[in-house]
Amino acid sequence: MEKVLEVKDLKISFDTFAGKVHAIRGVEFDLYRGETLAIVGESGSGKSVTTRSIMRLLAKNANVDSGTIMFKNEDLNKKDDKAMQKIRGRDIAMIFQDPMTSLNPTMTIGKQVAEPLRKHEKISKKEAMNTALELLRLVGIPDAEKRLNNYPHQFSGGQRQRIVIAIALICRPEILIADEPTTALDVTIQAQIIELMKDIQEKIRTSIIFITHDLGVVANVADRVAVMYGGRIVEIGTSEEIFYNPQHPYTWGLLSSMPTLETQDSLYAIPGSPPDLLDPPTGDAFYPRNEFAMQIDTEETPPFFEISPTHKAATWLLAPQAPKVTPPQEIVNRHQHFQKIMKERELVQKKLREV
Amino acid sequence: MVADKTQEKIILDVENLKQYFNEGQRDEVRAVDGISFQIFEGETFGLVGESGCGKSTTGRSIIRLYHPTAGKIEFDGEDVSKIKRRADMEHFRRDVQMIYQDPYASLNPRMKVRDIIAEGIDIHHLATDVDDRNQQVNDLLELVGLDRSHGTRYPHEFSGGQRQRIGIARALAMQPKFIICDEPISALDVSIQAQVVNLLMELQQKKKLTYLFIAHDLSMVKYISDRIGVMYYGKLVEVGKSEEIYNFGVHPYTESLLSAIPLPDPEHERTRRRIVYKPAVNDGAERELREISEGHFVYCSEEEVPVFQKKLADKKAQTEKVEV
Ligand SMILES: Nc1ncnc2c1ncn2[C@@H]1O[C@H](COP(=O)(O)OP(=O)(O)OP(=O)(O)O)[C@@H](O)[C@H]1O
Ligand SMILES: Nc1ncnc2c1ncn2[C@@H]1O[C@H](COP(=O)(O)OP(=O)(O)OP(=O)(O)O)[C@@H](O)[C@H]1O
Ligand SMILES: [Mg+2]
Ligand SMILES: [Mg+2]
Repeated sequence: MEKVLEVKDLKISFDTFAGKVHAIRGVEFDLYRGETLAIVGESGSGKSVTTRSIMRLLAKNANVDSGTIMFKNEDLNKKDDKAMQKIRGRDIAMIFQDPMTSLNPTMTIGKQVAEPLRKHEKISKKEAMNTALELLRLVGIPDAEKRLNNYPHQFSGGQRQRIVIAIALICRPEILIADEPTTALDVTIQAQIIELMKDIQEKIRTSIIFITHDLGVVANVADRVAVMYGGRIVEIGTSEEIFYNPQHPYTWGLLSSMPTLETQDSLYAIPGSPPDLLDPPTGDAFYPRNEFAMQIDTEETPPFFEISPTHKAATWLLAPQAPKVTPPQEIVNRHQHFQKIMKERELVQKKLREV
Repeated sequence: MVADKTQEKIILDVENLKQYFNEGQRDEVRAVDGISFQIFEGETFGLVGESGCGKSTTGRSIIRLYHPTAGKIEFDGEDVSKIKRRADMEHFRRDVQMIYQDPYASLNPRMKVRDIIAEGIDIHHLATDVDDRNQQVNDLLELVGLDRSHGTRYPHEFSGGQRQRIGIARALAMQPKFIICDEPISALDVSIQAQVVNLLMELQQKKKLTYLFIAHDLSMVKYISDRIGVMYYGKLVEVGKSEEIYNFGVHPYTESLLSAIPLPDPEHERTRRRIVYKPAVNDGAERELREISEGHFVYCSEEEVPVFQKKLADKKAQTEKVEV
């Protein structure tokens, strides 16, 4: 598999009145061509900062303290602003979490969608506008030709997000970073947008980094899933590995917090509050909220333990010396559910072979 | 929970509300096109539907951000558009709060979080002195799962989810009776969603709050709502008890919406088939919300009522069979 992006030892902090916020504390991951990598994790865990740093769109008070971001054999961290501008929007495009701040309120949407094309490619105004119209239709803006000259505030939250998606896709980027692209959308449009992204991904082999809180969406789109907590990736694996055989106690908590059809009482919520990134705890940042925490969790940061060639998790529970614990019921159910699926699959395969 | 409607007090009564933009012009948008519904005191009414179907506009009309094109909105027995006296208006502005969809645009970037939260407390003189004000703000910060120390920071220093909780704290500061929650949790991660939803439900029990809960995450809407209204293109197409709509929604648009819900199970997702909704051609029949079974309304013509009744009965029979 071809790597298109390789992030290593990324550390980012922010200067604030209260002190240094250690937002990203050693993030590492690879992105392969044509895959969708979902990043999930607690609010404030560093998903947006990680991906914004790839685009080099960090706030002014940000410091990149260490790390490399390799794209096409070059370290993006070392590129100057001018070089980054060429990459942004053409090679790597981003859909932001908040559609309103990524649209220009004083420019018609037709112009805004056409703009990246005009900037990166030699193309006439008319052609660019036609492509823009095509894309606006593709993302499902009703009566698109009538509304080309409307301004962002004249659209609903979801419509604005679809316009943002059109802008991101118009140059057919190599990497698409989508930061909660469907959060503002209803499920129908969400499904359409996801189908659209998959379709375009297949056509131009774009790699997608997809940030979302919606674990249903993750199950639908992701080839692989990275789980973030307190400025680090704490578990990464294929979609099946994360949903059916999760290993990190934070992932357990995450998967247990969703209402299922049977949920009647109050929902399970992970106790406690997120780590204070002004003064991150030593050891496993999750330990104060982890019912399975051991002494070592308070002392030393756990390294990654491999569960399979594609699956690793940073928790001391996986150390050979650690006691065996039983995960929460929801997780046990998931595991059993998966074993049933695997058995069924085997049966089908066997039947197929017999035929 | 709505046990016996005859004993429930209607706190919000929306009658034939219409909200058009750019009326009469080429780009006229009929954002809300004649909807009627009632919300009972202490219940949660979920409003779901396609992006752009008019959910936020409905909410904004209720809090008088717009002047409705037509229709009537009654809050606590009073016609909202007729509130004239300043004191009454102030009362209304306290009683009815909105938590906004966009946590970025709705927080003043130049104000400290403490002051954002305390704005309403100050305007409506809800604190006896400075200490009381600080105490209230600290309690609210903790209530929504933030830290006291966060109070001295500015909105841009927070993540999306954290900002949304600031918005919730601000709304709660006014001790409202009725809160319009416009996608209050979609920017939050699931564990904090769970916290916020638990919090909203707890507050509801304690303070008899009523919610209009706008969202598109149907599994959460179903969990939090007593009743659900499904909107499509400015119209309500189905209204009923949340269990009933979720399990036995009969309007084709509702069915399409339900089939689009992704579940956190890769295997399920691989096999899920989405039903695409094709609006029926306009045959001129007079359609409105009609009751097909107790408390279950569908937007249809007189002739279609028995058709939907049969569909509902069939669906119910089918699940009973599966359960046996
Ligand atoms: N400009 C900034 N100044 C100070 N702190 C910041 C700044 N931007 C982000 N942070 C902090 O960095 C951490 C990571 O933020 P980030 O926006 O990446 O979170 P996230 O995982 O995307 O959360 P969400 O799911 O809520 O969007 C948070 O604790 C946040 O408060
Ligand atoms: N100020 C405005 N001028 C013109 N059209 C508007 C205005 N505000 C909203 N609209 C239109 O009214 C319709 C309903 O918008 P609204 O914001 O109520 O949708 P919504 O159901 O909340 O959607 P979403 O789920 O995307 O937030 C949309 O077609 C939108 O484009
Ligand atoms: Mg974010
Ligand atoms: Mg809205």
